[in-house]
Amino acid sequence: MATEENKKAANAGGFVYLPLIAGWLVPGAGHFLLRKWGRGALVAASILGMFVLGLAMHGKLYSGAHDVLDILGLAGDLGNGLLFFVSRSLGLGAEQVQITTGDYGTRFIVVAGLLNVIAAVDAHNLRTGRKS
Amino acid sequence: MTHFLAVVLFALFASVIFGITQRETPRRMLRYGIYCFLLFAGSAIVLSWIMFLIAR
Repeated sequence: MATEENKKAANAGGFVYLPLIAGWLVPGAGHFLLRKWGRGALVAASILGMFVLGLAMHGKLYSGAHDVLDILGLAGDLGNGLLFFVSRSLGLGAEQVQITTGDYGTRFIVVAGLLNVIAAVDAHNLRTGRKS
Repeated sequence: MTHFLAVVLFALFASVIFGITQRETPRRMLRYGIYCFLLFAGSAIVLSWIMFLIAR
C-alpha cells in the first residue's frame, strides 16, 4: 500500500538499487540507509547471529559447485554477502561436515543467506515506495 | 548446544526476519513474528514426537 511517506521515498533522488545492494553486502545496511534503525538492527542481529552460530557449529561454507545440491548451497551462502566472502578468505567454516551439529551449522549459514536476500529485497521495496 | 536450542534459535531468527519483511506496521510485524515462531517451534516438537512414536 503506497502512503505519502512511500511516495516521498520513491521520488527521492539517488541510486534506487543502493539499499538492495548494501543490504545484501552488509546485513541490515539497506534498512539503515533508509533510516529504519530498529528494523535494520533486528535484521543485522538475526543474520549475523545465524551466521556466527553456523560457523560455531562447524558448518560448511560452500566453495564450489560439484552437484545440484552444492549449487543450491552456494547460492544460499552467497546471500550472506561480505560475511561469506570475508569468512572464506579467512578460512573459516569446515571443508567437510564431520559432526552432527556441523550439518545444522551448514543449514544455519545457508538460511542466513536466504533470509538476508529477503531483507535486502524488503529494503528495496521500502526505497521504491512499495512498502512503508 | 542441544538440538532443541538450535531449533528455538533458528525459529527465533527466521521469525524476526519474516515479521519485519512480510508485514508493514510494527504491531502486525510483532504478531506475525510470534505466529511464525510458534509454528516453527510447534511443528518441530510435533514432528519430533511423531518420529519418536514411529521409531518405538
